[in-house]
Amino acid sequence: MTTTPGSEADGAKPGRVDPTPEHFRRLHPLTPLLRGWGFLALAIGIGGQDALRSGEMGRFGLTALAFAVVGMIAGLLSWWFTRYGFDGDALRIDSGMLNRRSRRVRLDRLQAVDINRPLAGRLLGVSELRLEVAGGGKAEAPLQYLAVDDAVRLRAELLARAAGIDADTPEAPERVVHEVPLDRLVWSTVLSGAFVTGVVFIVGIGVALLFFRDSEVTVGLLSSMLPGVIAIGAALWAQLGRNFAFVLAESPDGYRIRKGLLDTQHQTVPPGRVQGVAMRQPLLWRGKGWVRLDVDVAGYSGESSDDSQRTSTLLPVATYEEAAEVLRQVLPGSDPLSVPLTHAPRPARWLRPIGWKKLAYGVDDHVVVVREGVLYRNLTTVPHAKTQSVRIVQGPLQRRLGLASVHVDTTPGPVDAVIAHRLPAEARAIAEEQAERARLARKTDVPEQWMARYRQQSAPRPDGHADGDSHPAASSERDQE
Amino acid sequence: MDQDQLFSPPGEAWQQVSRKLVDLRRLVLLVSVILGTAVVAVVLGLIVGLPAVVAVVGAGLVALGWGLWLIPRNWRAWGYAERLDDLLVTRGVMYRRLTVVPYGRMQFVDVASGPLERRYGLATVQLHTASPATDAKIPGLPAAEAARLRDRLSALGEAQAAGL
Repeated sequence: MTTTPGSEADGAKPGRVDPTPEHFRRLHPLTPLLRGWGFLALAIGIGGQDALRSGEMGRFGLTALAFAVVGMIAGLLSWWFTRYGFDGDALRIDSGMLNRRSRRVRLDRLQAVDINRPLAGRLLGVSELRLEVAGGGKAEAPLQYLAVDDAVRLRAELLARAAGIDADTPEAPERVVHEVPLDRLVWSTVLSGAFVTGVVFIVGIGVALLFFRDSEVTVGLLSSMLPGVIAIGAALWAQLGRNFAFVLAESPDGYRIRKGLLDTQHQTVPPGRVQGVAMRQPLLWRGKGWVRLDVDVAGYSGESSDDSQRTSTLLPVATYEEAAEVLRQVLPGSDPLSVPLTHAPRPARWLRPIGWKKLAYGVDDHVVVVREGVLYRNLTTVPHAKTQSVRIVQGPLQRRLGLASVHVDTTPGPVDAVIAHRLPAEARAIAEEQAERARLARKTDVPEQWMARYRQQSAPRPDGHADGDSHPAASSERDQE
Repeated sequence: MDQDQLFSPPGEAWQQVSRKLVDLRRLVLLVSVILGTAVVAVVLGLIVGLPAVVAVVGAGLVALGWGLWLIPRNWRAWGYAERLDDLLVTRGVMYRRLTVVPYGRMQFVDVASGPLERRYGLATVQLHTASPATDAKIPGLPAAEAARLRDRLSALGEAQAAGL
C-alpha cells in the first residue's frame, strides 16, 4: 500500500490522468462487505481446519481477525476509488487506487441491461447492474453493488440515452407477454432428460440394493447414488430455480425478462438486439406439446455454457402457439414457422441416417430458418440483418457424397444456423444469396438508437445511418499509472 | 456443379498467398520433426534399446515425407478475393472451406508477423467479426500486400459499417 515517489510523479503528469469528474457517484457502501465475505469465509475455512487439528483456537481467532481487517481495508479502498457516471454519450467507470483504470462504455452499442440480485443482495437491499455491449469478447465489468432504486434509475437512464432520447425520460410502461405457470414449470422440469436419467439411475441402484444384503456393498451402492442425486438437483436448479416466476414483458425499450427463486434476474434487451432465436423441443415434452425458446444476444454468451444458458432463455417452457406468437413478435415482419422449407438431398442419409428427412432450411425476406432433429427437435431462425459471415464447409466424406454445409455465423450463443448437407451448386447459391440478402437487410435494420427517429422525424438524416460508427470499439479502457 | 467449382472464385482467379509460405512451413516442419524425433529416440533408446531408435527415426522420416508432400498442396488451397461488398477466403485440402465476410460486419483487422515470418517478409491478416466462428485468416502475405489489405479493409469496413 505504499506509493513510490516515482509512480506518483508519473501519475501527476498532465495528459495522462483524466481526473474523475466531481458528480460521479460511488457504489453502495455495503459493497466491500458483500464482495469480501467469500474471501473471509475461505480464510476461516482453511484456518479453522488448521486450528481444529492443532487446538490453538486463540491464534486462529487472531488470524481470522487480521484477515478480516485487511480484507475490509482493501475492500473499502477499492470502493472509495471506484466511481461511475455519464461522460458525454458514454458511461464511464473509474476504478483502482494505484493503477487507475478508466473504462468508457459506448451506449449506442448497448446490447442488454440486466439487474441481478443475488440472495445476499436481496437481504441487504442491493443489486448488481450488468451491461452488455458486445465489445472485444470479454464481458463488461458489472456495477457491483448499487442500491435497488439507484440501479433501476440508472437502467432507465442507460436505456433512454441508448435509445437516443432525453436522459431523464422515465422508464417506459410494459405489457406482459407471457407468464410461466408454476405447475407447468414443475412438470417441464420433471420431464427433462437430466431429471429422468437421475431418477432412473437412483431407482436402478435401489433395485440393486434389494439383492445385496452385505453392509459394505450397501454403503458402496448408496454412495454411487450421488451422481443421480446431483443430476436431479442440477435439473431442478437450472429449470425450476432459475426460471421461477418467469415473466416476459414487452415495452418500447425492448423485451424485459424477470425470473429467479433465490437469485433474481431482470433482463432488458432493446429492440433489434436479437441475433437469432431457436425453438427447441426435448423428446419428453412432445406429449404436452411444449417448446422452449433460446435467443442469441451479443455479449450474453458468457464464459461458460452455464452462464450462457442462464441469460439466453426467452421462454423456458410454453405451448407451441404461445411460442409461435412470441417468435413472430421478436422477429417482426416475418413468420419463421410458415417459411416454406426445402429438404436435404438424398445423399445426406449416409451422414445423417436418423433424421436426414427432417433436415431442411428455408428463407424469406427477413430470416433464414433451419430445421433439424428427430428426437430433440430444433428450429433455428437468424435474421438476415444479423448475419456476421457465411461459410461453406466440406469434409472428405461430404466430398465423396457430393455434399457441402453452409454456416450462417452469428454472435456467440446457443443459436447456430448450419444448413447441413446440401448439393454443391445449391450450397454455393445459398452462400452467395445469403451474403447479398444480409447486405440488403442491414440497410433497413432497426437503428442502434432505436427511438432517435421519433425525436428527429422532422429532420431525417441525409445518410440514413445511425451514426457513431466511426469508432469501432464498443468500449475502451485505459490503464493509468 | 462440379466439386471444384464449389470453391472456385466468383469471376476472376483467387489471389494466392506467397510461395515463401511453403519454405517457411517446411523449415518449421523440419526443425520440429528433427527435434521431436531426437528427443523421443534418445528417451526410448535409453529405456528399450536400439530397435526403438530405428522405429522412431523411421516414423519421423514418414512424418517428414508426408508433411513435405502436404505443405505445397495446402499452400495451393489458400486463396482470397476482394469483392465490392465482401471478402472471400478459401482454405483447406481435406476440410475445404470458403468464408464470405461482408466488409460492413468487420469489427477489426489483425496483422500479425512473428519473428520467423518476418525473416521471410511475411505477415498474417485476420478479419474479426462479432462471431468467433468467422475464420477469415490469410497467412503468408508479403508485408506490403498485408499492409495494403489492412488499409483497404479498414477503409471499406468504416465506409460500410453497420451496427451489430
